[in-house]
Amino acid sequence: MFTKELLDQSSLLRKKWEDEVKKIVAKYPDQKERWTTVSDLEIKRIYGPEDIKDMDFEKDIAYPGQFPYLRGNQPTGYRGKYWTFRMFSGMGTAVETNKRWHYLLTTGQTGLSTAFDFPTLMGYDTDSPKAKGECGKCGVAIDTIEDFADLIKGVPLDKITTSMTINPPATALWAMYCASAELQGIPLTKIGGTIQNDMLKEFIAQKTLMCPPEPSVKLISDTIEFGTKYVPKWNTISISGYHIREAGATAVQELAFTLRDGMEYVEDAIRRKGLHVDQFAPRLSFFFNSHIDFFEEIAKLRAARRIWAKAMRERYNSQDPRSWWMRFHTQTAGCSLTAQQPYNNVVRTATEALAAVLGGTQSLHTNSLDEVLCLPSDHAVQIALRTQQLIAEETGVANTIDPLAGSYFVEALTNEMEEKAWEYIHKIDDMGGMVAAIEKGFPQMEISDAAYKFQQQIDAQEKIMIGVNKYIEEDEQVDIPFLEIDDSVEAEQLERLAAVKRKRDGRKLAECLKDLAKACKKGDNVMPYCIEAVKNYATVQEICDVYREVYGEYRDPGIY
Amino acid sequence: MSDRKIRILLAKPGLDGHDRGARVLARCFRDAGFEVIYTGCHQTPEQIASVALQEDVDVVGLSCLSGAHKYLFPQVAKLLQDEGATDITVIGGGIIPEKDMPALYEAGLKGIFTPGATLDSLVEWINTNITPKG
Repeated sequence: MFTKELLDQSSLLRKKWEDEVKKIVAKYPDQKERWTTVSDLEIKRIYGPEDIKDMDFEKDIAYPGQFPYLRGNQPTGYRGKYWTFRMFSGMGTAVETNKRWHYLLTTGQTGLSTAFDFPTLMGYDTDSPKAKGECGKCGVAIDTIEDFADLIKGVPLDKITTSMTINPPATALWAMYCASAELQGIPLTKIGGTIQNDMLKEFIAQKTLMCPPEPSVKLISDTIEFGTKYVPKWNTISISGYHIREAGATAVQELAFTLRDGMEYVEDAIRRKGLHVDQFAPRLSFFFNSHIDFFEEIAKLRAARRIWAKAMRERYNSQDPRSWWMRFHTQTAGCSLTAQQPYNNVVRTATEALAAVLGGTQSLHTNSLDEVLCLPSDHAVQIALRTQQLIAEETGVANTIDPLAGSYFVEALTNEMEEKAWEYIHKIDDMGGMVAAIEKGFPQMEISDAAYKFQQQIDAQEKIMIGVNKYIEEDEQVDIPFLEIDDSVEAEQLERLAAVKRKRDGRKLAECLKDLAKACKKGDNVMPYCIEAVKNYATVQEICDVYREVYGEYRDPGIY
Repeated sequence: MSDRKIRILLAKPGLDGHDRGARVLARCFRDAGFEVIYTGCHQTPEQIASVALQEDVDVVGLSCLSGAHKYLFPQVAKLLQDEGATDITVIGGGIIPEKDMPALYEAGLKGIFTPGATLDSLVEWINTNITPKG
């Protein structure tokens, strides 16, 4: 990429610089021996032209909107449209959550994102013995379409997009969304949103588990097929790395496992449903973490775009550029925040958000300062949202597209992340794919290794977390308000659920669930049956129990 | 003096799937020379108590980050007490607000460990407070 003359000049000047460095460190040694990213990737003292000399400008870098989309999918960047300010949110009952949602909308967020409670996430109803003590604690409790109606009250489904973080029960919740739209007279062709619906990363990291891998992937292909035919503006999957990273993975592992998961889904949809890749690939979306090491995250996100574009064109023979665009949501890293001196978290979230923007994210959630301790208060969530708005309107980083392109360091790091990710991807290919790799425990063990190593490094102060192992405040009194979900929420929700169960037509519902079971056994697409069932007040658990019955239950093997 | 190693059951009660802490501890305790049994996620209090008794452990370590600890931790302690297992120490960790801790101690927990606790501090606590059954 550089002329021989330039490289010769650089070589000369670099040698001079190296000699100076040698002299200085002989007298004043570096503060520490290893300078690494939070993922323990070693970073050099300096980067120069020689670090990226083998790059091909046209093939590897190009311009925004040009393959391989390193610099972004869209020619116009953020000048056309900022990333969506999309705050993950859910608490207590649907009514309470709806209130928070309207608060967030009036505070300026531009997309909705749903956090469900654990019973809902795991496909249990509030009245299940397994749900005791969990109702509404870490997200919104949704048992039936009645709760769902309260959740989306006043939300114009044809004007705003909603993301739902839901995995094994994704078909049930998406059915509620679709049914609610239909009941409001809004055609499915007009609604937009995302369901996370990525089971492979559950087995790897997030662990909201229900059925074994094979049927789980089948259900996902059902949603992809249904969306392709009937809900064209919906992203039926958010292939996620966020949770993989939160579980302790390195940035490279997050990148590699996420993309390889994506490839597994592409292959399944083609094989199982006979779809052509370009029928559904434009609606695949991704979800990454933005962790505390600033440049590592920017490089990771840029590498992600380039890897996916190449994979789509070369591995899957995709012809439609819309299939080549990697579109992703980002969330700042929960695991980087501290319970100690929580106001520091505002700064962490800010730099992480900035990295996500410089990495070109389409959508962003910023964590609140109190989220290590509890669900975010109104005030804390306002600061988090303002962080995004401030970055967009005040910092100037949205003025120009992919400002770090051409940086010797950032391009070299981007290349390194891509190279290392491909190594993992090919390794998993050789194992027989991601489902096979999961059954062997491979990604899980990689993550365990990385998480343990990181904790050891923290304990040894090789990696620093301010407030935890450096600049500690002894006898710290944490004085921020704690948002608490009262235990009475459970009692309230139990009553609501009982009332719905009393008033619904039990016989009609039983028929719907029977039809769903039949569809599962025949291998038909479950979505139409789910929609019919939820319209007849099927609960989340009643639908999921059909899956458990037909497909079997999966137990976390407890790999460590 | 017993030659028996300290036996620890690490468990995730309830529906919470955040298992990074529990898994790191499982490794740490194994490396520290304890015998470790890790249940994996999604155990009911009944299942945990049952395994604890079956495996004749010295310590049960419960991990919960979902906010459901107020019900789950005391429930495990109670089930063990009901079986007369006074020689099994119950400890817990995860996201546990300070104001919830007195009730947990009252329910029978002997230690609660929250974000920022070092691996060494946990190993030390166990070595100091636990005598393996004879």
